[in-house]
Amino acid sequence: MIRFEPRGPVSVSRMLAVSLAAAFAALVLAAIPMAFAGLSAFNAYSLMAKGAFGSLFAFTEMLTRATPLILTGLAAAVAFRAKLWNIGAEGQLYAGALAAVAVGTGAISAPAYLLIPMVALAGALAGGLVMLGPTLLKTRLGVDEVVTTLLLNFIILLFVQMMLEGPMQDPMGMGWPQSEPILDEAALPKLLDRMRIHWGLVVALAAALGVYFLLKRTVWGFEIRAVGENAAAARHAGIPVTATFVRVGLLSGALAGLAGVGEVAGLKGYLTADLSPGFGYSGIVVAMLAGLSPIGVVFAALFIASIFVGADSMSRATGVSNYLADLIVAMALLCVLVSGLFLRFKVRFIGAPSTREIAK
Amino acid sequence: MTGPTQEADIVLRLDGITKRFGMLTANGDVSLDLKQGEILALLGENGAGKTTLMNILFGHYVADEGKVLVNQSGTGLSELEPGSPHAALESGIGMVHQHFTLAENLSALDNIILGTEKLISLTSARAPARKKLAELITRSGLDVPLDARISQLSVGEKQRVEILKALYRDARVLVLDEPTAVLTPQESDTLFATLKKLSADGLAIIFISHKLAEVMASSHRVAVLRGGRKVADLPTAECDLRKLAELMVGHEIVETVRDAGSPGAPLLALQNISVGDGRDALHQVDLVLHSGEILGIAGVSGNGQTTLARVISGLEPPASGTISMEGDDRTDANARAVIDNGLARIPEDRHRDGIVGPMSVSENLAIESIRKPENQRFGLLRFSAMREKARNLIKAYDIRCQGEDSPARLLSGGNIQKIVLARTLDPEPKVVLAAQPSRGLDVGATSDVHKRLLVARARGAGVILISEDLDELMRLSDRIAVIHRGHLSSAEETETLDRGTLGLRMAGQGGEQAA
Repeated sequence: MIRFEPRGPVSVSRMLAVSLAAAFAALVLAAIPMAFAGLSAFNAYSLMAKGAFGSLFAFTEMLTRATPLILTGLAAAVAFRAKLWNIGAEGQLYAGALAAVAVGTGAISAPAYLLIPMVALAGALAGGLVMLGPTLLKTRLGVDEVVTTLLLNFIILLFVQMMLEGPMQDPMGMGWPQSEPILDEAALPKLLDRMRIHWGLVVALAAALGVYFLLKRTVWGFEIRAVGENAAAARHAGIPVTATFVRVGLLSGALAGLAGVGEVAGLKGYLTADLSPGFGYSGIVVAMLAGLSPIGVVFAALFIASIFVGADSMSRATGVSNYLADLIVAMALLCVLVSGLFLRFKVRFIGAPSTREIAK
Repeated sequence: MTGPTQEADIVLRLDGITKRFGMLTANGDVSLDLKQGEILALLGENGAGKTTLMNILFGHYVADEGKVLVNQSGTGLSELEPGSPHAALESGIGMVHQHFTLAENLSALDNIILGTEKLISLTSARAPARKKLAELITRSGLDVPLDARISQLSVGEKQRVEILKALYRDARVLVLDEPTAVLTPQESDTLFATLKKLSADGLAIIFISHKLAEVMASSHRVAVLRGGRKVADLPTAECDLRKLAELMVGHEIVETVRDAGSPGAPLLALQNISVGDGRDALHQVDLVLHSGEILGIAGVSGNGQTTLARVISGLEPPASGTISMEGDDRTDANARAVIDNGLARIPEDRHRDGIVGPMSVSENLAIESIRKPENQRFGLLRFSAMREKARNLIKAYDIRCQGEDSPARLLSGGNIQKIVLARTLDPEPKVVLAAQPSRGLDVGATSDVHKRLLVARARGAGVILISEDLDELMRLSDRIAVIHRGHLSSAEETETLDRGTLGLRMAGQGGEQAA
């Protein structure tokens, strides 16, 4: 018989150890289907490692991929901390990208030091506003935000497609559904020559530090934590629960919007309807892997990004589908969720009576 | 305890039951015999392990050590399959839980026969069941309208349905978990009269209680649990209240006494407050609280106390009526404003409304004043100030914890209540609203709560004490009002009231009620 006994407080080192163990377990479990695909795990993982860390180019590609994941991961983490279940980072990302394109493709002409902040601000604002609707519906009418944010993703994506095939289509784009290119003054500068890595990474890292500071050190952060851990007690203690949800919703949406800004103004240069391969949804995985810690989000995003980038490169080398990456990421999430059990409970195997503890 | 000659009378035996939950030993080597026709009171404070023990008996939990033996229809004691409520039912053990396990939308009759019918049967078991029940009812005096829906029955009637349910299954051992917690004094008297009758008919009864008076009045034998261990097992005739209390608590008890008060000017006034509909509504409630007095509000749980507390706490705006404090209209004050006006609130559900479990003791102590300059500057938290304040409060209020940084959820109920007391009473509020402040606390923590309320009263604060415990109310309150179905009676001097009058009013009879 297996029995679970609750544990006391959990130390940071134990938490870290369990997270690493979960990631390792995911890699081991993913080796089984790889074997069926005719790959040796060692070979596959070394190819993946090479693909993500093997050269300066590979490494910067991995960091470029991690940039939006950090931001969407933070969006999910900060919302989940308040138990505001924002599943809509994908839609907020596109809203941010759309706003960035609207401002940055010639509607306003200004020098780069003004235009870049304006583009970023527009994107963040758009993301935040998208999240404001579900938040108010939740606080005013008790509408489940999981449903509203999730469905908004599709509405926004269709809206973006409509704009890209209508008013915002690039007249020089030969009929492709894509926006006009971002002005040079609106583009985020590259961090390194001849690499795709851009200033979005710096913004993302700063955002992680900012969210950490907000949650840990400020009154607003205190209120977010209190509302998330026990909304009834927070309300009883006079904490403005509705206002806190609105703040969290705006912040979460803004972070996801910034991810869209980075992809458009830092990487692609124009908006298409396939801008994001699900960064918004992966952000949820990132946040869960990180245990909703803002600093942890950075590392979790790097882990997920290296899996994705590594799997792409392995797939090119071996011909095995890069869906393997999704498999590993999903495994990792499952392992982390299961590992949460081991953090909260001691597991005891109970056998014959002889192994029972004898009372004093 | 029992000689071999009496072995035949024993219907139930617990033998060396030990149950651990993590570090906590809920039951340590508890042995108990129950004879036919006996009423055994299982006495102990909250957390003494009474309910755990009964849950093991009924198969909800499996004991780590020890076993339960049942006398199966006179064939001698045999071991009961552990962890199986089904087996417990089969061998004639019936249990009436503190929170009833009835389907609200079915009739009393259907609830009673639920689970006893064959899965597939062409005929309904209702007719024969009705006959058997009619017989049971006349024999036991458990009068229940069999065809009424459970949702239409009073609490006392629901409890009778639960007992009938057990008897219908030919229970020979009946276990009742805190049966009087939800009853008025009169209903309790009726219940015990019934139990005596049933035991005279040969039923063996265990009832769990922490109320000494009813244990003295209604049991043949008392087993006292303390800290999970059995510390006494003796005939009730050989006990007195004092002895039982000391056995239960483990030390001598000093009761808190109220000195003559000196009520001053009116502080808080509720006028004609109505809110909500259904069970927890309030209807035209009037209330005036003076400084330097404790105003008790008596009532059986679920008669609008929760709503009254929420309205005064600023958590629920009244639909009509006004609230004023020291003459100023405060009807629309929200929780934050209520706190800032100097009204401290001790919530009835301290785990849900009182603390944020995963946050630290010091954060929980600061939560109501987090936006005050002493805790923040420019929106940034002043950790060192918060922690220093917490250390002082931990000392002043004797909060037992592993320091101000440990999560509040790790504290015991009594210490969680001390956090709430320290946080709300330290700013010296003008008004204190204490909703069920000693519910679920042991004697030590309860007397601490009482002491704090009396100190607040002595310094001139007005205290509203909402409680279901008449003894607590009569000891502490200067005046007592009774709430029943959302109507609050006018408050009367405690000295002019007795338990009987209050009990009748709690049941909705006698005494004037606001129209």
